Amino acid sequence: MPGNYMPSAAELFRFSPELLLTAAGTLLMIFEAITSPKQKRSLPVFAFLSLLAALALAVAASSDPGPAFNRMLQVDGFATFFRVLVMAIGAVTILISTNYLKQAEHEGGEFYSLVLFSVVGQCLMATANELIMIFIGIEVSSIATYVLAGYLRDDKRNNEAALKYFLLGSFATAFLLYGVAWIYGTTGTTNLSGVRGVLLDPQNAPNAILISVALGLVLVGLLFKVSAVPFQSWAPDVYQGAPAPVTAFMATGPKAAAFAAFLRITMWAFEPVKNHWIPVLWFTAIATMIVGNFAALRQSNVKRLLAYSSIAHAGYVLVALTAASKTGTEAAMFYMVSYAAMNLGAFAVIAHVARKGERRVEIDDFAGLGNRQPLTAAIFTVFLLSLIGVPLTGGFFAKFYVFKAALDSQLIALTIVGLLNSAVAAFYYLRLIVIMYMQPAPEGVDTLPEPSLGIRTALVACSLATVVLGVFPSLVLDIAGRGASFIR
Amino acid sequence: MNFLDLIWLIPLVPLFGAAVMLFFGRRLSKAAISIICPGAVGVSLLLSIAAVIQLAGLKEKIHQVTLFPWLPLMKVDMAYLLDPLSSVMILVVTGIGFLIHVYSVGYMGHEGGYYRFFGYLNLFVFFMLTLVLANSYPLLFVGWEGVGLCSYLLIGFYFNRKSAGDAGKKAFIVNRIGDAGFILGMFFLYQLTDSLKFTDVNEALRSARFGVEHSFGLLSLTALLLFVGATGKSAQIPLYVWLPDAMEGPTPVSALIHAATMVTAGVYMVARSNALFQLTPETSFIIAGVGAATSIFAASIALVQTDIKKVLAYSTVSQLGYMFVAAGVGAYWVAVFHLFTHAFFKALLFLGAGSVIHAMSGEQDMNLMGGLKNKIPITFRTMFIASLAIAGIPGLAGFFSKDEIIWQTHASPLGSNFFTVVGLITAAMTAFYMWRLMFLTFYGEGRMDEKTRHHLHESPKTMTVPLMVLAAGSVLVGWLGTPKIFGLPEFFRGFEGWLEPVFEPVKALASEGAEQPEHAFEWFMMGVSVVIAIGGIYVAKYMYTKLRRDQRPSGGMLYPVLLNKWYVDEVYDLIFIRGLSLGGGGLFAKFDREVVDGGVNGTAWTTRFVSTVSMWWDTWIVDGLVNLSAFTVRALSFPVRFLQTGLLQSYALAFVIGLLAIFGYYWVR
Repeated sequence: MPGNYMPSAAELFRFSPELLLTAAGTLLMIFEAITSPKQKRSLPVFAFLSLLAALALAVAASSDPGPAFNRMLQVDGFATFFRVLVMAIGAVTILISTNYLKQAEHEGGEFYSLVLFSVVGQCLMATANELIMIFIGIEVSSIATYVLAGYLRDDKRNNEAALKYFLLGSFATAFLLYGVAWIYGTTGTTNLSGVRGVLLDPQNAPNAILISVALGLVLVGLLFKVSAVPFQSWAPDVYQGAPAPVTAFMATGPKAAAFAAFLRITMWAFEPVKNHWIPVLWFTAIATMIVGNFAALRQSNVKRLLAYSSIAHAGYVLVALTAASKTGTEAAMFYMVSYAAMNLGAFAVIAHVARKGERRVEIDDFAGLGNRQPLTAAIFTVFLLSLIGVPLTGGFFAKFYVFKAALDSQLIALTIVGLLNSAVAAFYYLRLIVIMYMQPAPEGVDTLPEPSLGIRTALVACSLATVVLGVFPSLVLDIAGRGASFIR
Repeated sequence: MNFLDLIWLIPLVPLFGAAVMLFFGRRLSKAAISIICPGAVGVSLLLSIAAVIQLAGLKEKIHQVTLFPWLPLMKVDMAYLLDPLSSVMILVVTGIGFLIHVYSVGYMGHEGGYYRFFGYLNLFVFFMLTLVLANSYPLLFVGWEGVGLCSYLLIGFYFNRKSAGDAGKKAFIVNRIGDAGFILGMFFLYQLTDSLKFTDVNEALRSARFGVEHSFGLLSLTALLLFVGATGKSAQIPLYVWLPDAMEGPTPVSALIHAATMVTAGVYMVARSNALFQLTPETSFIIAGVGAATSIFAASIALVQTDIKKVLAYSTVSQLGYMFVAAGVGAYWVAVFHLFTHAFFKALLFLGAGSVIHAMSGEQDMNLMGGLKNKIPITFRTMFIASLAIAGIPGLAGFFSKDEIIWQTHASPLGSNFFTVVGLITAAMTAFYMWRLMFLTFYGEGRMDEKTRHHLHESPKTMTVPLMVLAAGSVLVGWLGTPKIFGLPEFFRGFEGWLEPVFEPVKALASEGAEQPEHAFEWFMMGVSVVIAIGGIYVAKYMYTKLRRDQRPSGGMLYPVLLNKWYVDEVYDLIFIRGLSLGGGGLFAKFDREVVDGGVNGTAWTTRFVSTVSMWWDTWIVDGLVNLSAFTVRALSFPVRFLQTGLLQSYALAFVIGLLAIFGYYWVR
């Protein structure tokens, strides 16, 4: 890169959402220092609005797709899809968090700026066309998330979660970075299109063993980020320990961004050597679905239960990746959207029911919710049905397209295992529904306050999204299809 | 007005009713609810009748209405299809559904959660109508899952009864097993025909691309997978276990969902896919076999049950078996015909039983009934007609349809004398257990206690009028499908002709064997089945009116076997649940409590098995790794003070093992 490189206006415009969010995040930190406690109430509003503005910019930027910063970034339909998704996730996270932080007496601007920074990192992961950029994106996103996981400093569980996440995350990133180094050593480039070019070139095809080692290391890093077996062990501990809104965020945003990077690396850069990674993903997908679902059966803590469930869902997305086709990519993209909607919603309910200090996160604490707050319970039921995969919810079509993609690629065994798994999964989600509606609330429980405005907005938005995805899946699927055509 | 273009309103009106109940039900008065919900189904009924009349006027009896594009990938739209087959189904669903709604106004009058009940019921009608009006497999599946969900909610309606909750769960989970088969079948069908729209699929299957598959191949597998779905929903062996338990729900629910409509969805689906099943004689034979086995097996259990609703539940399973026999031997119109007549008399029997239970202050044990004949005369008379109909007395609905099935097992090229014999034995059992129910309930001396006797009363008009309408139906509807040898005018054989366009034989089959007329033999068979029906009734009469309790033949060894339903629940329990825990001791005992309770089915077993394994994995491998790494640390460095560190290391160790596994894979390949 020449020393006097100046980005053009078009490039800056393509990068403007990230610029806006970075500026907003920085401003928030400053506001935090200079505003009175009363004015601080408007900080989350500011963060929320800047996310919406960035989202609008991202949509606007998609009208002029193209590379930016010497082809380090690639703003195309695929990037826009995931950028919009992670920003929407960030916005919903803020809606869920405000009341939670108020209860915890830990309101502060830095929470929101950390969310914004993390979203910036995720946007980078979605846009990057360069292994180094992916690494930087992962780090930006992760470091902010580590801090978020330990946000309530006085809470032992938060501290433990943050430390575990940090140590294991660094460990995994080290693998990734080492893999990047190997790739550079073998192919002479870290640009994804460059790597693809080298792999496609029959004249100087790189050594297969070297490529395998590099690929293996990169896969470990990515599989950690999406919490696939056997790199999943951090997820339950961290999801359980972190504050509920942060768990909602961790389970959806970074995961979506990681799958975006995953898809770009496997389906674009390493697509020429796909028979190297398909078998690995095949096995991982099966193991992830089985471990996630069967471990979830035994959980009594709802956060931990959803943590295992999110592992299982990562397994279904891996099935779509294993299909290694355009339909598979589309299915994975659709899955991430409906997964985000139903999980954010479910965690919002948990954050609401958990109350101050998260004392109510056992399954039994949901007993009688159907009578006490019928609407909350009904909305929670929508999310749970979607997680089961009942038709007319987004979760159904997500699974439907994944298995269709798998069958199109002749992955019959994988499909059967997946279908059986989704039958098993019905058990533990159903258990929650049964407890909510068919068991009376225990005696002498403190009253459950009405959900706050933020939670209500989040619940309505997520349940609407879940149902709309189930009734008009083509709305999102068409966009995913156009996005997927940019990679494969 | 063109009602054919309005068929989308037919399911939508009940959905609207359900939505009103969800949002405003709590605030509405009982009177308002009693008008809105039955009214919504009544409007659907009127719309259905109008649409079917207009359909009859069309030359090509098929009409599709596309609402909006839905699944572009599979080329499937959100669209409804009205043809002769779905017209029969919507008339059954809205007609009988309407009567049952009216009946529920009286029956549920004293229960809590009135609006909730009607909201679920309307929602059910919406999904059921979507199921039968769908023009593609995916949309049918939406209805299929939806009715399952509503059934689950309604079975568990009395949610403070644990058994009700368990029964609901059992139904839902057993059906999930069937659904997995259905989805797979659907995918295979798409791979084979490149479409999931009924019209396209049938066209493809009837084209020259496909021939009859005489040995078991891909077509047969696809058909078999679809049938697995049907065994779940329509309660056939081996997935029938949920239906008897489902009787925990309120009685109108049993009548609507578990007798007249939802459980027939499997039969409907097989009839809808007839082009596929016609090409797969192997699978068709399996269907007929499963149907025959289920019919005789369930009938044998019904012989000795003492709970009035359980008798009817097993009777339903048995009659569904008949329908599958008909579908299996290729007589699809007969299967639908029996579905149609059965809907009338079985709904009537359930509603009558509800009226009896209502009069008996909630008692369901027939041993504590008797002598109700004069106490609740309308209920008695209507149930009398229905019991004659199901027993197969000539002139009533059940006679025509059941007799046609038995005849088809003989006459159809796919039939076999074995099925005929099973059909006749089952017919005898049916006559016996139904009349056993009648004699125990209505005749003889009353065996109830004083308080109940004092309380006996006929049900209100809202309950008895639907009974009378259904009784009229149980007499008349059979005349739409009289046997050819009766030589009656065309109208009396209208049912077969009406459905003919749907069950057009596939090209590959059209040339095969024209039926040989065997008039004399058909008359003879009819005579045999009439004698059998009357014989069954007479034996029941003799045993339950002439003999005292201790004089009745006990059935010897067989009696406890039948009473305990052939021990199937126990065998499932033993094999799938207890079997594994033998010798497990405390560890497994803990599990028995932890993992979802009471399920007696394969999934529960698999779940338990695998979670046992995963628990074992947790205790031995994960904890082992923790201990191992802790041990390593202890051995190599200072004594471990922070367990946390050990845990993290074991996680990291898993990473390394995972990486090595990937490398190892590349190494060996």
